[in-house]
Amino acid sequence: MKISKLVEKMKPSGIREFFDLVIGMKDVISLGVGEPDFVTPWNICESAMFSLEKGYTSYTSNKGLYELRLAISRYLKNKFSLSYNPDRNILVTTGVSEAVDLALRAILNRGDKILIPDPSYVSYDPISELAGGKVILVKTSGSDNFKLTPGSVKKNISKGVKAIILNYPANPTGVSYSRKELLALSKIFIDNDLIVISDEIYDELTYDFPHTPLATLPGMKQRTIYLNGFSKAFAMTGWRVGYACGPEEIISAMTKIHQYTMLCAPIMGQLGAIEALRGSSGAVLEMKREYKRRREFIVSKLNEIGLYCAMPEGTFYVFPSIKNTGMRSVEFAKSLLQKEKVAVVPGTAFGSQGEGHIRIAYASSMENLKEATERMGHFLKSNA
Amino acid sequence: MKEILEILEKDARTTPEEIAKMLRKNTGAIKKAIKKYEKEGVIVKYKTVLNTDILKDDAQKVRALIEVRVAPQRGHGFDRIAERIYRFPEVVSCYLLSGSYDLLLVVEGRDIQEVSSFVSGRLATIDNVNSTVTHFILKRYKADGDILKRIERNNRIAISF
Repeated sequence: MKISKLVEKMKPSGIREFFDLVIGMKDVISLGVGEPDFVTPWNICESAMFSLEKGYTSYTSNKGLYELRLAISRYLKNKFSLSYNPDRNILVTTGVSEAVDLALRAILNRGDKILIPDPSYVSYDPISELAGGKVILVKTSGSDNFKLTPGSVKKNISKGVKAIILNYPANPTGVSYSRKELLALSKIFIDNDLIVISDEIYDELTYDFPHTPLATLPGMKQRTIYLNGFSKAFAMTGWRVGYACGPEEIISAMTKIHQYTMLCAPIMGQLGAIEALRGSSGAVLEMKREYKRRREFIVSKLNEIGLYCAMPEGTFYVFPSIKNTGMRSVEFAKSLLQKEKVAVVPGTAFGSQGEGHIRIAYASSMENLKEATERMGHFLKSNA
Repeated sequence: MKEILEILEKDARTTPEEIAKMLRKNTGAIKKAIKKYEKEGVIVKYKTVLNTDILKDDAQKVRALIEVRVAPQRGHGFDRIAERIYRFPEVVSCYLLSGSYDLLLVVEGRDIQEVSSFVSGRLATIDNVNSTVTHFILKRYKADGDILKRIERNNRIAISF
């Protein structure tokens, strides 16, 4: 059977083989997982169970339960003074993953150029291509802390660049932007009339300064598609609930696609999400405090054993350099797995600029982090 | 430095070096703070949480909650009579409560007989003890924040983006 040329062209994830190796191995300490190690707070689970008992098992409106959109609207208003109308500006999606896809398909014409940071989350590039876009990678590197700068964005702007995907705090690097840095970037976005898809799924996990949503900056709300969800902050990855907020014409275009492809996000997830916004701020803070302690621990420990690691501002990832080992990312990850049974993700999984780095997820118990860093220390010594 | 307590309460085996890393402080300062907490009695001791229900042998013990009504004493309130009671090694916990009775005890013994004889022979015979009601504990599900059943956790996939 012949498959579509676009799909054929899609890069197979370069490290599939490495992933298979990890999955086939027993007793591995994995620091390669992109999701919280906490279970969803009990009030959310309990509330979803109650809804199931009452028989809430149907479709919802395409845009999502009104009660949830209203809760999202109030949450953003209270937290960031960001106003979105629950009827016109909010769409509930099946995770942020779907929202990224919808946003890209809603704005891109065949051949439109889109800027994507390198390295960045794995789906942006292939999904943009599937949507007909032409991807232009904006290189970032360890020397600029893997941050986009007004200069690096400007350098990549040419005729036909329509949009940019921003993700902060960022997977895989953990870096985020202060309000000041965002203001500087926003000027470039405005000057060049770019639409910004802003994936802020890790916003609650920002440790050193308050998170600033891009849409709150002057002139940005009308050109920003704000994406967020429940997976990370509320430890609800498997519930598959995210949302997109933006100008009415964008949200209505995204809803058009969503109604045919997804119909609606799962109702159980949506009901859980309502409870999450209603009564989980304590649990979210508790998890954040725990992540922060782990961040301090892992960064200090990595530097101690000889892997240079900057202190990222958010998420539960660190992106240390392995350059001084002389190994390439995949080689390092493979060897560490085989010799010490510790799994990390090679930086190159997130783009060629990730070479010389690995992504370590510290969404793992402190006990695991201690043991894993011991083993990594041993690994580095025996390779020295 | 209160965060030290939070960390130790979760895992008393965390070393000062590790705590220092977590809080970005130096180890000496952490050691000093811990010493201070110990001296002040904020940290009473370090111990292990057990679920002895799993030990299917002689080590199993019986526990009862005992409601006790007492007569408070002039000049001492409840403290003196409480001390008379909680000094018995059979008494695992002792609380002064508001409501229809005064003291709530957790009493431990090898078997029902031992607990019963403690209640009738020692506790009920104390002068200021007016009455007792004994509830034997049938099963412990959760104690001091720890769920005792080993929860089977759904394992996350070992690696994901």
